[in-house]
Amino acid sequence: MTDSLLSVSDLRVSFATPDGAFEALRGVDLAVAPGEVMGVVGESGSGKSVTALATMGLLDRKGRITGGAIRFRDADIAGASRRRLRALRGSKLSMIFQNPRSALNPVRRIGQQIGDALGAHLGLSRRKATEEAIELLRTVQFRDPEQRMHSYPHELSGGMCQRVMIAMAIACRPDLLLADEPTTGLDVTTQKHVMDLLVGLVRERGMAMVLITHDLGLATHYCQRIAVMEQGRVVEENEAGTLFAEPQHPYTQRLVAASPTRESTIEGLAGGGAVALPPRMAPAHRAGQGPLLEVRDLVKRFSNGTLGVDGVSFALAPGASLGLVGESGSGKSTISRLVCRLLDQTSGEVIFDGQDVGAVRERDFHRSPHRRDIQIVFQDALESLNPRFTAFDSIADPLRRLGGLRARAALTAEVEDAARRVGLPIELLDRLPHQLSGGQRARVGIARAIAVRPRLLVLDEPTAALDVSVQAVVLQLLERLRRESGMAYLFISHDLGVVRMLCEQVIVLRAGRIVEAGDTNDIFEHSQAPYTRELLAAIPYFVPGGRATQEAPPDVTGVPA
Amino acid sequence: MTTTITRQRGTLRSRRGLLRVANPATIAACAGVVLLVLVAILADWIAPFDPLASNVRNALQPPSARHWMGTDQIGRDVLSRLIVATRLDLSIAVSAVALSFAFGAVIGGVSGYVGGRLDRWIGRTVDVLMAFPLFVLAMALVAALGNSIANVIYATAIINLPFYIRFARAEVNMRRHFGWVEAARASGNSHARVVLFFLLPNVLPAMAVQISLNLGWAILNAAGLSFIGLGARPPTPEWGIMVAEAARFITTGKWWLIVFPGLALTLSVLCFNLLGDAARDALDPRRRT
Repeated sequence: MTDSLLSVSDLRVSFATPDGAFEALRGVDLAVAPGEVMGVVGESGSGKSVTALATMGLLDRKGRITGGAIRFRDADIAGASRRRLRALRGSKLSMIFQNPRSALNPVRRIGQQIGDALGAHLGLSRRKATEEAIELLRTVQFRDPEQRMHSYPHELSGGMCQRVMIAMAIACRPDLLLADEPTTGLDVTTQKHVMDLLVGLVRERGMAMVLITHDLGLATHYCQRIAVMEQGRVVEENEAGTLFAEPQHPYTQRLVAASPTRESTIEGLAGGGAVALPPRMAPAHRAGQGPLLEVRDLVKRFSNGTLGVDGVSFALAPGASLGLVGESGSGKSTISRLVCRLLDQTSGEVIFDGQDVGAVRERDFHRSPHRRDIQIVFQDALESLNPRFTAFDSIADPLRRLGGLRARAALTAEVEDAARRVGLPIELLDRLPHQLSGGQRARVGIARAIAVRPRLLVLDEPTAALDVSVQAVVLQLLERLRRESGMAYLFISHDLGVVRMLCEQVIVLRAGRIVEAGDTNDIFEHSQAPYTRELLAAIPYFVPGGRATQEAPPDVTGVPA
Repeated sequence: MTTTITRQRGTLRSRRGLLRVANPATIAACAGVVLLVLVAILADWIAPFDPLASNVRNALQPPSARHWMGTDQIGRDVLSRLIVATRLDLSIAVSAVALSFAFGAVIGGVSGYVGGRLDRWIGRTVDVLMAFPLFVLAMALVAALGNSIANVIYATAIINLPFYIRFARAEVNMRRHFGWVEAARASGNSHARVVLFFLLPNVLPAMAVQISLNLGWAILNAAGLSFIGLGARPPTPEWGIMVAEAARFITTGKWWLIVFPGLALTLSVLCFNLLGDAARDALDPRRRT
């Protein structure tokens, strides 16, 4: 391993916590060759980011390297002085962070910030730095960089901010770039643009890159070699093509099984093959044969004048599942709030079970008999649970308010029944949200929504914040619940792969309007709208059998000067 | 009224925050506050003499084994007056702070949750209130409402109100778009219930910090008002009155008359402020696990 650019051996990092030392890394071994794009994948808490931070010498005061070595070229990073590290950072090693908006200084113009990065290491004059900054912005495909360099970060979109971060990271022509979830939080089409740009630049300039991601699809698309991390260790490392096609370690096998591919079905997701799902129940439905939910010409204009939803109509049959997909700003979340009567529409009708619930004002809807029929599951499970409520309180609240349950025994029975239906262990009911894992929190959120046995469940990105193995379990849970109870689902998501598995019908939204609507299979296989096709093409589908990209492996010998 | 203080301390301990940030100053401040509360409760039992009993033959005695803090111009025991005064000063401060806390939390909570025009109106009113020199405002209020201890409490509560309104408004406003607030609405709670039973309980721990910082200041305010003759009146034992009466004897070297009530004031304000700082550190999200 003497020819590797970066070599990490038996790295151990521990963090001081009030409960004693926590070992975040327990012997990590990694080697990155010059010019190589290396992927590090794993779920939250596996130590991916800590590895990157330790490599950059950016661990905070509580974190300490307790063993092992990090060697960059011939330099020892683990034992380097601060001054030495500062000289290395930026010029030889640089890093791209997850949230570009918070990584940029909000009160300085982006041109100045790039200039700062240049000035610190190259000692350029101000004029020269400005020229160089414009050149860099052009490299990261800014249109009109002379003008845009005077922008502040808040004037740019998330994708643009990430391009600025990339420009800063490559400003001093480093040999190694560490990219920590560089596209998490970006829309799928933006993600593709940013990743193509990043990987293109890395290859062009002969840099090496470590791409840290939770997305196996992204890793297989862009990396040559991939390391899988679990609980502070690298459990398996191999060529991208063979690693996921023939996973050796049980954890890798689990990860592969849980990751949705282009062909996966709900039943096939997650460990050990198919899970039996119950047969479909006939939906409980009173008012004849009409749709359960019908939305006509829905318009929402916000108080600042922007049009969030612009004339949307659709219908949802009892027991059916409809997906609303679109990128940020497409109005999908606004539609979910309008249907749930958490927001008043500007015009249009929301007809539920033959009655115009849209005519009831949002502030009076909690008294409507239909309040319990329409329930919602929110995106971020932690943010959607009251931090001062135990799981029991959270699930009991709708039962008290809408179910009219007051007696402790009856309430307990109902809460425990809801918990059982979502597979939440009863003994976890007296825990507070921060004492639960991500998957358990998601279950509490679902239990709260289904406790009053609604007929329509709106799911607003219910798995967006979850690890892939947890996502698989939650998706299966949702499918099982729908089959058992005959609920109808309105599923809001930016993740088309998930929508494809869970929904029979799908609506593609863009800027508050419907681009295309129809059967999920039709849309995914023979889409008519160019926008839908662009969206579908941008998904980095997980292909276990190898690289899906056409690019030839880059020239490994091209070590930059 | 002491329940607010003890409950606040309970919250901190359950987060293990206080123990972690415990430094000698914090521990001393806690001990000081506990001592203050105990003295206030047990005043009648631990005061060695009747605080109102005068004895002119024994006037202006320096500290001695019999009178630890000496006697005043009409021979009353300074220590006994100091002890009994603790109860009055502490109850004025605690009642005033409790009032402004209760009203401030609700007004600020509604303002932050509803937003829009109501929020702007409340915000401007608070700005106007804060533009006055607060002590002058308190004087004016007591003068207008009538010179009584109850009115001192109301005046202190009113001048404290803006801080609580602003604080509650900011904290509620930050949280009003969280998923659990929308979930509470979907669970059939009215807007009023969401503010009272969901948002405010989440804001209260952070506001408890403000309480502790405010208590010291409220004690000072009450003493200041009685120093200039508003609120409590002689011969009632009260720290501000004791300082005011002692002021006449500064030049004649009767130091104990002013030093001991002054020290009582200074130390109690210091203890509450230190406790507030410690509470703020403990509740700081960056220090929380």
